[in-house]
Amino acid sequence: MEQEQLYKLMQSIFPEKRILTDLADRYSYSFDASFGEYLPDIVVQPSNKEEISKVIKLANEYKIPVYPRGSATSLSGGSLAVKGGIVLDMSQYKKKLIIDRENLLAIVSPSVITADIHKQAENVGLFYPSDPSSSHVSTIGGNLLENSSGPKGLKYGTTKEYVIGLEVVTPTGEIIRTGGKTVKNVTGYDLTRLIVGSEGTLGVVTEAILRLIPKPQARKTLLASFNRLIDSGHAITNILSAGILPSAMELMDNACIRAVENYEPSGLPIDAEAIVIIEIDGHMAAIEEEIKKCEEICRLHHAIEIKVATNEKERDSIWKARKMVSPAITQMGPTKISEDATVPRSQIPKMMEKLYEIREKYELNLVVFGHAGDGNLHPNIITDQRNKEEMKRVEDAVSEIFEAAVELGGTLSGEHGIGTLKAPYMEMELGKDGLLMMKKIKEAWDPNDILNPGKIFPQPGQSKVVLS
Amino acid sequence: MQQDKYALKLYDFAYEAANTCVQCGYCLPACPTYESMGKESQSPRGRINLVKMAAEGKIDIQKDLAEPIDLCLGCRACEVACPVNVPYGEIYEAAKEVITMQQQDKELVKNSSGRVKMQNRVLNQLFPSNKRLRTLGNLTWIYQRIGMYRLVQKSKIINKISEPMGQFEKILPKLESPFERYKFGQVFPPKATKKMTVAFFPGCIMDAVMSRVNRLTIELLQCVGCEVVIPKQQNCCGALHTHQGFIKKATELAKANIEAFESSAAEYFVNNAGGCGAMLREYDKLFKNEPEWKERAKAFVNKTKDITEVLVELGPLPLKKEWNGIITYQDSCHLRNVQGVMNEPRYLLRSIPGATYVEMEESDRCCASGGIYNLLHFEESMKILDKKMEKAKHTNAKTIVTTNPGCLLQMRLGVERSNLQHEVEAVHIVEVLAETCGIN
Repeated sequence: MEQEQLYKLMQSIFPEKRILTDLADRYSYSFDASFGEYLPDIVVQPSNKEEISKVIKLANEYKIPVYPRGSATSLSGGSLAVKGGIVLDMSQYKKKLIIDRENLLAIVSPSVITADIHKQAENVGLFYPSDPSSSHVSTIGGNLLENSSGPKGLKYGTTKEYVIGLEVVTPTGEIIRTGGKTVKNVTGYDLTRLIVGSEGTLGVVTEAILRLIPKPQARKTLLASFNRLIDSGHAITNILSAGILPSAMELMDNACIRAVENYEPSGLPIDAEAIVIIEIDGHMAAIEEEIKKCEEICRLHHAIEIKVATNEKERDSIWKARKMVSPAITQMGPTKISEDATVPRSQIPKMMEKLYEIREKYELNLVVFGHAGDGNLHPNIITDQRNKEEMKRVEDAVSEIFEAAVELGGTLSGEHGIGTLKAPYMEMELGKDGLLMMKKIKEAWDPNDILNPGKIFPQPGQSKVVLS
Repeated sequence: MQQDKYALKLYDFAYEAANTCVQCGYCLPACPTYESMGKESQSPRGRINLVKMAAEGKIDIQKDLAEPIDLCLGCRACEVACPVNVPYGEIYEAAKEVITMQQQDKELVKNSSGRVKMQNRVLNQLFPSNKRLRTLGNLTWIYQRIGMYRLVQKSKIINKISEPMGQFEKILPKLESPFERYKFGQVFPPKATKKMTVAFFPGCIMDAVMSRVNRLTIELLQCVGCEVVIPKQQNCCGALHTHQGFIKKATELAKANIEAFESSAAEYFVNNAGGCGAMLREYDKLFKNEPEWKERAKAFVNKTKDITEVLVELGPLPLKKEWNGIITYQDSCHLRNVQGVMNEPRYLLRSIPGATYVEMEESDRCCASGGIYNLLHFEESMKILDKKMEKAKHTNAKTIVTTNPGCLLQMRLGVERSNLQHEVEAVHIVEVLAETCGIN
């Protein structure tokens, strides 16, 4: 459709200033934190569900793709306008954040920044555990549609565990409600769970009911370094089998350690093969005992150095090492391909071995860090998009990373979602029929393929990601 | 679209830096214009991307890039928020430079609006000249002295010409008479045991319309044991030129300033304006291709200090009098985000006898003064300012303290706009400190 005609259609729904058509504006919504650049034809900024319903109904009438977009922190291409059309900028949707203390709930609109939910809940002694590292930027709508999680998945589970009710505009423009305010709810199909993690292909969330839990009273943090990666792996599994459930267990490999020390020397042991950060939360008395136990187990497995934070300042300095990974590794090159292949945690050492083989084979800058406790690793390849030859090697390496994860009983994505970047590998994990079942659901919900097309499902004949 | 010669220039100047952005969006919550305008093109991530697109020749520099860059406040809060240390300031200034370069070359100036012409004249002729600015200051003093301002305010004549000018006329501080002014080249002896010699940078706007604050700064420095030199041949720092893309002019000014201060043989080069200080502290970045100057600029940068840093280092101040009521502080973005000075002003304010210091929520967020942003983009600026004033009100402060002339005028305007002029005053930190030290 001509842009002018599209503009006129949108004018029937939105005031002028919430319709963006300038080239500069369209380019500003052509990217996210992943890869690729797709220019939408138009961007609209809805502020209520009726507007969204109207856009989607019109889109169905004229067969125009619609892409919901939050803060676009996606690392898998979730909000990219791969087929042109309309970007639905949800970040300007009217904000609502109600903490229902009596029922331990938060009722939120999609545009609310996730960290604001953390803050408001904690103000009244409650806790919303899901915390993707982008939570101070990302919207809750984006978080739950991508089912993104963060380091606390090990103890508290992922986003989907906390969403119990939704208000959704369907791909055909109806406004429906799923689930509700009760923790127990077995009425019919669990559409809430289906929509959470659907990456915006099955609906646009306009309200969510989130479960909150009591806030843990205290926490303790420990950093241990190991000469051998395999030892760190044993320490991790033994801590878990000793009946301790840390709130986070983060792993950094030698390449990360070196990068961080190069970037800002902070006394990390640069010869260590791995660093593990363990955090315990809960009742004061319990965590004292548990952190001691963690220390013992690490020592037993040949940790060369163990530091336990005695105050918040020391805790911050431990976490700083982890937080420095991103800036440190981007010094190696301008393009960062961040994967989140996840394996059963017992397979972490094997997965690490595979990753190093891949690094050697393709001669790439590949570093590994991640949430060791739940098997969610982040192999990051640092490269330069302009280096076409190297990008070809990156493409092959990425394929092998996924193959390795699936072979070890793992999954393509632990928290970033499939988007455009992992769609080609879906069959590898799900099989033909498994993927077809998902596709049938999409076709039933969205017969005209209006909502976020080009995501999750591979294009015909596509079996590999193309980055160059 | 093809890369034309300007796109290629932009590519040379800024592409590498812009390409370090991983588009994570962590800068979004830090950006005041993203918050007030609600569009990605008015966010740091969006602007960096547009610079990239323009350098690649995908969008037009004048038609598509100029406005988003123009609407950036340059507060650089995004740099602090960035997890991968993208040098936003460099990208922003490079974009400004290329935009201006193209406008000048194409003689767009001829057909450009009166605003652009005026801006060019002011930047190239008025600001680099201390004499001309001083004369302007003196004329303003006469204007205030003979009471003409009452007539002007009553008749609202300026408002009819330009609303922002009318608003600013009202909040202009009362100027000191030309006879009370310090002179360039003068040396002031320490009033306590001598600790060091410092050279003072009076700035251009500060010198013209806030010479009282400068005089008090010199006296405070004397109080903590400084011999204070005012180097004779100094100029405007060049910040306004840099922000409007006149990099060549800024470089000329920088060279003159470096020479003037080198010859002072002082240990520290002290300034009292966050914006000027930030420019002075980044002089080395102007000389990427002039190694000899780069070295000299680096030495200059290392000696440059904000007044609050020096007062904390050489203090304590001989505080004598009490200051009543609640004091709150609005950070100068350039002092905080570029120079990294945030604790010293707070430390000094907390030490004032009699007063209670209350931290303002989001005090680290730009007040939207942004050099001359508030004159160029009045409405956008006022939207941000009005929000800021809400936060200021919550502190119940009687005194709002700032550390930069632009912010000071902006806060005074904010006070006026929210009808608080009888209860609240906005002052420069030097004024509060001097008053409590018994200097005025």
